[in-house]
Amino acid sequence: MQVELRPEQFHKQSFSGNLLRKLHIDIPLLIALFILLILSFMMLYSSGNQEWGLIIRQSSRMGGSCVLMIFLAQLEPRQFQRYSIPFYILGVCLLIAVLIIGDVGKGAQRWLNIGFRFQPSEMLKISTPMMVAWYLAGHEIPPKWKHIVTVLAFIMFPTVLIVRQPDLGTSLLVASSGLSVLYFAGLSWRYLFSAVVGLSAFTPVYWHYFMRSYQKDRVNTFLNPESDPMGKGYHIIQSKIAIGSGGVSGKGWQENTQSQLDFLPESSTDFIFAVFAEEFGLLGCLGLLAVYLFIIARGLYIAVQAQGTYSRLLAGSLVCTFFIYVFVNIGMVIGILPVVGIPLPLISYGGTSMVTLFAGFGILMSIHTHKKVLPS
Amino acid sequence: MRRHQVIQDVFLENRIFLSRTVIMFVAMLFLILGLIIRLVYLQVSGHEKYHSMATNNRIKVASIPPTRGIIYDKKGRILAENLPSYSLEIIPEQIKNMSNTLLRLQKVLNISEEKINEFHKHSKRYRRFDSIPLLLKLSAKDVAKFAVLRHTFPGVDIHARLIRHYPYKELTAHVVGYLGRINSRELQRVSGAEYRSMHFIGKTGLESAYEDILRGYAGYAEIETNAQGKPIKTLASIMPSRGADLHLSLDIGLQKIAYDALAEYNGAVVALDLESGGVIIQVSKASFDPNLFVSGISHKDYNRINHSKNMPLFDRALRGQYPPGSTLKPFVGLAGLERNVVTAQQKLFCPGYYQLPNKEHKYRDWKKRGHGVVNLKKSIVQSCDVYFYDMALALGIDNLSSFLNDFGFGKKTGIDLNGESAGLMPSREWKRIHKHTIWYPGETLITGIGQGFTQVTPLQLAHATGILANNGAAIAPFLVERKVYADRIAKVNHTQAKKLNLKDKNVEIIRQAMVDVIHSARGTARLIAKNRSYQIAGKTGTAQVYSIKQDEEYNEEEIAFNMRDHALFIAYAPADNPKIAVAVIVEHGSHGGSVAAPIAAAVITEYLNEGK
Repeated sequence: MQVELRPEQFHKQSFSGNLLRKLHIDIPLLIALFILLILSFMMLYSSGNQEWGLIIRQSSRMGGSCVLMIFLAQLEPRQFQRYSIPFYILGVCLLIAVLIIGDVGKGAQRWLNIGFRFQPSEMLKISTPMMVAWYLAGHEIPPKWKHIVTVLAFIMFPTVLIVRQPDLGTSLLVASSGLSVLYFAGLSWRYLFSAVVGLSAFTPVYWHYFMRSYQKDRVNTFLNPESDPMGKGYHIIQSKIAIGSGGVSGKGWQENTQSQLDFLPESSTDFIFAVFAEEFGLLGCLGLLAVYLFIIARGLYIAVQAQGTYSRLLAGSLVCTFFIYVFVNIGMVIGILPVVGIPLPLISYGGTSMVTLFAGFGILMSIHTHKKVLPS
Repeated sequence: MRRHQVIQDVFLENRIFLSRTVIMFVAMLFLILGLIIRLVYLQVSGHEKYHSMATNNRIKVASIPPTRGIIYDKKGRILAENLPSYSLEIIPEQIKNMSNTLLRLQKVLNISEEKINEFHKHSKRYRRFDSIPLLLKLSAKDVAKFAVLRHTFPGVDIHARLIRHYPYKELTAHVVGYLGRINSRELQRVSGAEYRSMHFIGKTGLESAYEDILRGYAGYAEIETNAQGKPIKTLASIMPSRGADLHLSLDIGLQKIAYDALAEYNGAVVALDLESGGVIIQVSKASFDPNLFVSGISHKDYNRINHSKNMPLFDRALRGQYPPGSTLKPFVGLAGLERNVVTAQQKLFCPGYYQLPNKEHKYRDWKKRGHGVVNLKKSIVQSCDVYFYDMALALGIDNLSSFLNDFGFGKKTGIDLNGESAGLMPSREWKRIHKHTIWYPGETLITGIGQGFTQVTPLQLAHATGILANNGAAIAPFLVERKVYADRIAKVNHTQAKKLNLKDKNVEIIRQAMVDVIHSARGTARLIAKNRSYQIAGKTGTAQVYSIKQDEEYNEEEIAFNMRDHALFIAYAPADNPKIAVAVIVEHGSHGGSVAAPIAAAVITEYLNEGK
């Protein structure tokens, strides 16, 4: 058994660095998150027509989320491991409750009203990979056939419940967060490929029996946005115009014309990347992607360094989910993926996804900063 | 749950995980590279194309306003229509320097600061490329003046718009209501997209109550415009669908007779068609010209109207609450008969006042020397208060309150207008909740003659009279008889008449008494009996505006006009086959018989003669 020492112990650190370390905060991650939050304020100020109310509401959510992140970072990874099952069961129960007594909004039943409205499906983005990681950590790695089947059941259950709401974006994230654990656990490539082939074969069935008409519309629109330029293709076309008109260097902060003239819908939420691209151009986009990439790289580094199968699998999965957020959102805004309701992480306006994302970073920080000198 | 311990191959696991992570990271890099390639495609090679799409050849979606539905009266006369008029409109996006442009415009045309402020406020709610009206109803002279200079005002143009017009002005101001510029609060309530091109919304009366169907649906045109924002061609369009026309039960001819008959007084007249339940007349006076509001009323005009002591904006027919006075007596009398408290023959001596047992206080009769020996009929005909004091006491407030409630007192009638007042029918419970005291017997007495807490609206009074005339059948009054959509006609289904359980014999006794109010030598409204081939059943009333003290005399000559009693009259006719029910309230008219009754008579005469 080799003895690991925290590399930080060999460096001289400033007082504040020490404080953050005592708080189990990972400084590189924190800085990257901070950059994104500043960008978020700038974008909201610009896309929300210089309305302070929007920013104030968002900052209170950010504050709350940060507190949650710091809190989670204090816990030790085995705490997460211990609470994986109850947390998962609670999440699934809440999802069932949503289907029975949930609040309906915008044609979907996604919210529970317990004094305030919240979306239980968000919880599952974390509890599903926790559950899967817990299960796989208790068996051989790479997983055997029967373990894979069990794990798939753990994933399918919440996913189907969320699809029923209907909420395609979240169910996609929940499913992929669970599946990515399987991937990191060493699911054999043979299975992976046959799954991909199987799923593609399943697509027509899904199309005919499970997809709602508005979801079909989105796919159709994605394949041919010009077919209905004033109707359903409007988002995508306007978004492309906004991005394209930004050019290499962009029009400058607050100089966007498309969203300020109301051409671009949802400019503060799911389509905020289009405003960013219009204002800051290709160079800005590359910068933003670099920040995201840095967070992903740092996350994967934490995962590789993690102690114990559970921590490692969970960390890998959380990073994957974060990447999917980024990729799917930007992909849909620039018109290479169909429109699903996934926000641009940490920049889009909205509270629910922010809480989950920060919780994920809290767990990552906990995994990174609670390493034992003597691994158990 | 105990889990079996698995012996993990740590090194194998580490190797798998590391390789998986590396592969994942590489895959992510490739996917992000894909995003970057797409961004380069859009922002570098597509930049020119999208840039021109964004700035030069912008495709605009212009909203085409629908034509608002027209409102007709019973006989097809137009009460609200759309007249073409010219308006001066500005597209803010095309103006480089707004304040300068407005200053220059002010030199050409007479534009008040007020209009400019209103324009600024209004334009905030629209998109910058929407055309926003600055001046409405331009005169031909103004149109000509601007046309000459038009080329010097890019972004400013004259548009033909349809402007709402109310040809009967004061006559329909309350009941039909008026349109006005939509404000931000209203814009939150309605779909903003629908109102993009309309700028107006029904504010009051039927215009507000039927806003959803009068409005119609906006059409859209995709218009390609050049760099200056001038339309080049229309690519596609969806035509607007016009709003539904409303046909009312209201008869504007009779409305005018009632309005004119009120002469110099303020007040309200409501008449109901007893066969259908439709409102024939709904007059509220003082009134105002609703057309002032459509094109944006000036502060001066608004202050004049709003602060007038006549309160012309107040809809007295729908919202005015008055003590019913003696007009409540037929209903109270019927209550006495129905609840077996009195018989028609029972007699009582009226000395001119009434005292509760062991109490000093004298409840006066309006006739100081008293009516002598009276029965129910005589008490209604001569409006004896003492008889009704006694009956009210015998009935008790609970009986009285619940019986009158059935006639709609204290409840909204449910007419198809917004903001109706419910009036007030007091009860023990009401007093406990709102006044925090118990109910006193003396209050029962004055409730019996329609004074005290009781409040009615003119509409309620007409409605209750209608129920009485129809032997207890109650139909909610309504104004709109038919809605004519572009593709279909919808007859409005009105709630089925609810029948009160009344004995015909008792109703007949009251009817006889009400006929004698007009057609007998001592009746309080005998003035209007002349030259009629049919009989009218009615009841006069006066409602105290202020109460006189125990030892004071009510002397009309000495009392300021605005302290004089309100005059009331209710009636239905013909008495044997009722077709119309009328309620008249004349503010400070003093005498129900000589001031209010002739107004009802004029309406009834005209209505019944027309049928011949």
